[in-house]
Amino acid sequence: MTNALPKRSQHMERAVRLRRSLMNHLVTGLAILSTVIVLVPLVAILVYLVYKGASSLNFAFFTKIPAPVGETGGGMANSIVGSGIILAIASVMGIPLGIAAGVYLAEYGRGGLLGNMIRFTADVLNGVPSIVMGIAAYGLIVVHYKFSALAGGAALAIMMVPTIARTTEEMLATVPHPLREAALGLGIPKWRTIMSVSLRTATPGIITGCMLAFARVAGETAPLLFTAFGNNFWSFKLTQPMAALPLQIYVYALSPYDEWHRLAWAGALVLIVLIMVSVTLVRLYANRGTIKGGH
Amino acid sequence: MTQPDRVTLPTPILEPAGKAPQQEPEAIPVPSEPSEIRRFLRARSSGRAADGTFGGLMLMAALSIFVIVALILWVLIHNSQLSIHAFGWKFFRTSDWDPVSGSFGALPFIYGTLVSSFLALLIAVPLSLCVSIFVLDICPPILRGPISFLTELLAAIPSVVYGLWALVVLVPIVRDNAGPLLTKWLGWTGLFAEPNFGVGMFTAGIVLAIMIFPIISSISRDVMKAVPIHQREAALALGATRWEMLRIGVLRNARIGIVGAVILGLGRALGETIAVTMVIGNHPDIAKNLFNPAYTLASVIANEFTEATGDLYVSALIEIGLALFLVTVVVNAIARILVWAVTRGASTRTA
Amino acid sequence: MGVDIRVENLNAWYGQVHTLKDVTLHIRANQCTALIGPSGCGKSTFVRCLNRMHETNPIARAEGVVRMGDVDIYQDASPVEIRRRVGMVFQRPNPFPSMSIYDNVASGLKLNGYRKKRVLDEVVERSLKQAALWEEVKDDLKKKSGASLSGGQQQRLCIARALAVDPEVLLMDEPASALDPVSTAKIEDLIFELKSQYTIVIVTHNMQQAARVAERTGFFLTGRLVEFDATDKLFTNPSDKRTEDYITGRFG
Repeated sequence: MTNALPKRSQHMERAVRLRRSLMNHLVTGLAILSTVIVLVPLVAILVYLVYKGASSLNFAFFTKIPAPVGETGGGMANSIVGSGIILAIASVMGIPLGIAAGVYLAEYGRGGLLGNMIRFTADVLNGVPSIVMGIAAYGLIVVHYKFSALAGGAALAIMMVPTIARTTEEMLATVPHPLREAALGLGIPKWRTIMSVSLRTATPGIITGCMLAFARVAGETAPLLFTAFGNNFWSFKLTQPMAALPLQIYVYALSPYDEWHRLAWAGALVLIVLIMVSVTLVRLYANRGTIKGGH
Repeated sequence: MTQPDRVTLPTPILEPAGKAPQQEPEAIPVPSEPSEIRRFLRARSSGRAADGTFGGLMLMAALSIFVIVALILWVLIHNSQLSIHAFGWKFFRTSDWDPVSGSFGALPFIYGTLVSSFLALLIAVPLSLCVSIFVLDICPPILRGPISFLTELLAAIPSVVYGLWALVVLVPIVRDNAGPLLTKWLGWTGLFAEPNFGVGMFTAGIVLAIMIFPIISSISRDVMKAVPIHQREAALALGATRWEMLRIGVLRNARIGIVGAVILGLGRALGETIAVTMVIGNHPDIAKNLFNPAYTLASVIANEFTEATGDLYVSALIEIGLALFLVTVVVNAIARILVWAVTRGASTRTA
Repeated sequence: MGVDIRVENLNAWYGQVHTLKDVTLHIRANQCTALIGPSGCGKSTFVRCLNRMHETNPIARAEGVVRMGDVDIYQDASPVEIRRRVGMVFQRPNPFPSMSIYDNVASGLKLNGYRKKRVLDEVVERSLKQAALWEEVKDDLKKKSGASLSGGQQQRLCIARALAVDPEVLLMDEPASALDPVSTAKIEDLIFELKSQYTIVIVTHNMQQAARVAERTGFFLTGRLVEFDATDKLFTNPSDKRTEDYITGRFG
């Protein structure tokens, strides 16, 4: 039987094998090198942030408002509180709406055209730059009612809804169908089945999704630039401009004052810590899965 | 004719009285309220009205997503009418942005957005793919968790923190260390010329690269993991080296999804606002020199909106916002379709 | 206390697939009726039509008359109302993992709005005793989740849950097929005890099981009811050749 492949000389064989082996090692080396190039400086960024931020953190940071320009010893207490208020507004608006939308997608809109269109739109919305949300809130609220915490909360809320809707849907989809069947078989109406079986079983995952969305908008600056607008003093009025941590970090970082730079670093550290805690909690929670195997 | 075998039964069907039940000796209590429970359940409504209301509420919540898009579009279109009527398509072709004299040309921002994003992709895509390959195949299993955790952490860091770091650390490096070196070696290309203030297109490109790296990397990894393992095994069985196995068994199958991941990263880069504003110099210039200060669509809005005087100025900025919205929607839609095609809609990661 | 079921010309579809064809039979009250047949013959579909679970699938459809007692379950009542009168135990145990054992058993009542605690306590105890699970769980009723039991225990929990609502009919779709022989024997004992109080319909792959527990047996083949008779007659002297082929193991 004739050999279909052209006969190669020993020399060629060795050359081919060498080339392939070299290529393999090259790529492997590249991959390792890239990982090092990328990850080591990134870890360095985090370490640097911690270092710069920690040296500026003190008790006054959490209790005082910024000192007048030229003086030292101020803090960002008003920004932290302001962020909290704005985030609370955003959550009150965004979380229930997002969860309900997710319930629809998972329990009523599984295969239909409407469900798919909503799903796709939510995914695309998640990629829209957040400054556009700020413009929308500006055009709807600020134009009539001036800069306010409410407008800022609204801008953040419309960012939360598509995110939470999709994560809620994903978590509900992990609830095994036999559980719903068991409830329906007992004569429990569909709405009660969704509330007491599907949602209840998926609760840990849904909370995770909400925390993720919360952490994401907690660090957003752009939507607040012309909605909440920022405030250098204490303010609790929802219809007035309000300070927010990321917003003030932005303003202070770009300012020419050293004292404000110091505040910016400390604020950045606080923000990072809060977000890291959320991400870690989310990871731990997610590993528990949605089915509890026992108390 | 032979009789087919009959099934022989082990015991008579109806159990003889001798068989004792294997439960507890006490008699099962005769239910005292069967009728009460049955009466109760019969009397309950079938819940059809509640079902309808509940379903209706959920539907309305889901439709709110359409409402959100409609509201955004309405605000953008309605408020940019002034600028659209004043400038028409010229808006996107002129490079003269001078609010004081009332001329608004958006070309510098388009240029800035495209070039900074392209630069970011140039840096981030090869690195992301290499890291994805590393984590997927080469790296020891104990490192996988920490690396993916680190990537998630990086994705979660807010824009303003990246901007702050870049402003204080990266800008001096570009101005004092890396910049002069690049000017010395590559100055002849015209891309790395003087003057170099540290803030400019180049710095913005680097920061963007760092910021889009996590999303490209993690989605690429999802897509590569979705390739069935027998593809890899087939390649190995034919005697492929590791790289060849990856190229034939994974990358070739996943390339549509990887393109999708890259486009998602592009979408993120196009819309990134705060970090870019802090390091790009905010100067509406079109120049070949990458060290030149520049301006992007998103950063001009962030930088000038609150100071914009006059309706035309505001309208021009909102028109820029409209352009930004449309571009990112299209880019993201394409990306999502590509990613979905490969992973079949499983596990969407939000940017 | 059970009720009889008369089925006339029942047809069912999943999308375009015609899974049940002109099924007519009479299930007698306070007896156990077994349904046997090869995989895909429609016996599970049939049973799911009896409590209108079949239609929870959006592409499913059913036509025909099913009369429970004097109620036409498709014309005279809503699915929810029917399912409160008919209990169902599924092939794989499906207790609610986010609820305790007590709450699992009481779920059919609590989630339908029943509040009286004293009665609930009694019902839970009675149902667990009926399901022969009481002794094993009575100390952990509210402490352990429903999913923390073994497979056989979970299935008995599901039986207790179905019994707690005091149904008139109990449908069991291969209840022991996922269980070990010891649990299977326990469940067969249960059916034996319960059938005098309820109307039981059991779908099974296991002919010996049908022979052990059921007074009457129906043989399904590709969507049709081929033969329906007293169990001993069906197994020792079937009228239809197809039945005989199945029983003697020629196919299925």
